[in-house]
Amino acid sequence: MSFEWPWQYNFPPFFTLQPNVDTRQKQLAAWCSLVLSYCRHRKLYTVDVLEVQESPVFNNKKIERKLSVEAIQVVFEELRKKGNLEWMDKNKTRCLIMWRRPEEWGKLIYQWVSKNGMVNSVFTLYELSNGEDTENEEFHGLEDWMLLRSLQALHAEGKAEVITLDDGKGVKFF
Amino acid sequence: MDRFMWTNGLLEMNETLVIQQRGVRLYDGDEKVTFCGVFRQHAKSSGIGKSAKIVIHLHPAPANKEPGPFQQSKFSYIKLSFKEHGQIEFYRRLMEEMTQKRWENTPVSQPISTTAGLKAGRTRAVGIVGIERKLEEKRKETDKNISEAFEDLSKLMEKAKEMVELSKSIASKIKDKQGDITEDETIRFKSYLLSMGIADPVTRETHGSGTHYHMQLARQLGDMLQAPLEERGGMMALTEVYCLVNRARGMELLSPEDLVNACKMFESLKLPLRLRVFDSGVMVVQLQSHNEEEMIASALDNVSEKGSLTAEEFAKLLGLSVLLAKERLLLAEKMGHLCRDDSVEGLRFYPNLF
Repeated sequence: MSFEWPWQYNFPPFFTLQPNVDTRQKQLAAWCSLVLSYCRHRKLYTVDVLEVQESPVFNNKKIERKLSVEAIQVVFEELRKKGNLEWMDKNKTRCLIMWRRPEEWGKLIYQWVSKNGMVNSVFTLYELSNGEDTENEEFHGLEDWMLLRSLQALHAEGKAEVITLDDGKGVKFF
Repeated sequence: MDRFMWTNGLLEMNETLVIQQRGVRLYDGDEKVTFCGVFRQHAKSSGIGKSAKIVIHLHPAPANKEPGPFQQSKFSYIKLSFKEHGQIEFYRRLMEEMTQKRWENTPVSQPISTTAGLKAGRTRAVGIVGIERKLEEKRKETDKNISEAFEDLSKLMEKAKEMVELSKSIASKIKDKQGDITEDETIRFKSYLLSMGIADPVTRETHGSGTHYHMQLARQLGDMLQAPLEERGGMMALTEVYCLVNRARGMELLSPEDLVNACKMFESLKLPLRLRVFDSGVMVVQLQSHNEEEMIASALDNVSEKGSLTAEEFAKLLGLSVLLAKERLLLAEKMGHLCRDDSVEGLRFYPNLF
């Protein structure tokens, strides 16, 4: 399934950070949703800033426009403020993209667990993210750090608990 | 050298400075005297000039002479040794004085406010009071000299004012009775006035400096700029105005400062012009009837029609200068009608589809 670019993607001014405050806000909002939907489509959970400059998201070869490094930083900052992005290091070279927040993931996982009547059972993390049973689920392929966070979110809600097993971590659902 | 008397350094009442010479040494007879610096003619004498020395023979001192440097001296002549030259001139002056005997000519009975007890013709003042009085007299004299000198100038100024009045009246008569004097003569007369720096142009001299001047100037600008503004679509950059105005004036050019100050007064004087400053600092003069919103709406239409425009293309389209075109586009962007596309190709403006 190919990614559907929003109309702004082909609008040259989209790639220039607008000086007008109101215009800029709308522009940034559009960028944020574009980045998130792209990452969701490609199942990208981590982003390296240097690499991403050449990615088609920020670089539209057809209209020969690309977003400048400063503007990318501005977009990422906006994402961070919204809670969809987390920097992995102080130098801001790599970041975690949470196009779905941990709570949302947790909800999805729990839905699947309860739907299949598997409450009160124990799973390994691997089972959840890479097991055969979850192949059709959205959270299939979820990276460990994200999975952990979502489970911790469930834990906060009292619906799960992370336990340490012999060869890794597991989770028990309540 | 017992003819000498102590005196203060200033001139006495009836003394005038004949000649002052530095580096003169006094010899009492043949003995050197140490206290002298400057010497002034004071004693009666007759003398012979020697090489670099003047010997002055003195008559015996009068009996009631005041105390001087030497109470008694065995010599009846003194020598002046000129260390720094000047002896020839000194001698000449000395001889002049001797022959003229000016000191005997000055009238003794001068109107002096001194009591009869003092010596005739002299207000011998003592101590600080005397010095102060001398200073006061000197100051008065200086004052008098200065006012005498400037009397002529003030007379000149009066005459000049009269001249200006006269030429103004003639100029106004010309304006009223156009028929009486021919065109040529009028023009010639006006050019004369112009060369003298008066009449038609509103100059600093005729109207003084400061706000009054600027007000008059603003009015003149208001008249002058109507036509050019309409030709250029109601707006002109201040630099263009400056060039236009000064070219028209010929002489008595305006300084940029004066122009700006005069333009600032347009609104308060209720003239149909406005000075406008853009965010970027560009200043323009525009007609009051010029409606900016209309301009921006039409700018938006133009851009939408063409898809996108650069400042240069827009300027060409409207017949405006590039600077003003850019200002208008920036203003439209500020109001949210346009957005910009900044790339290596340049700055283009698009309708704001966000």
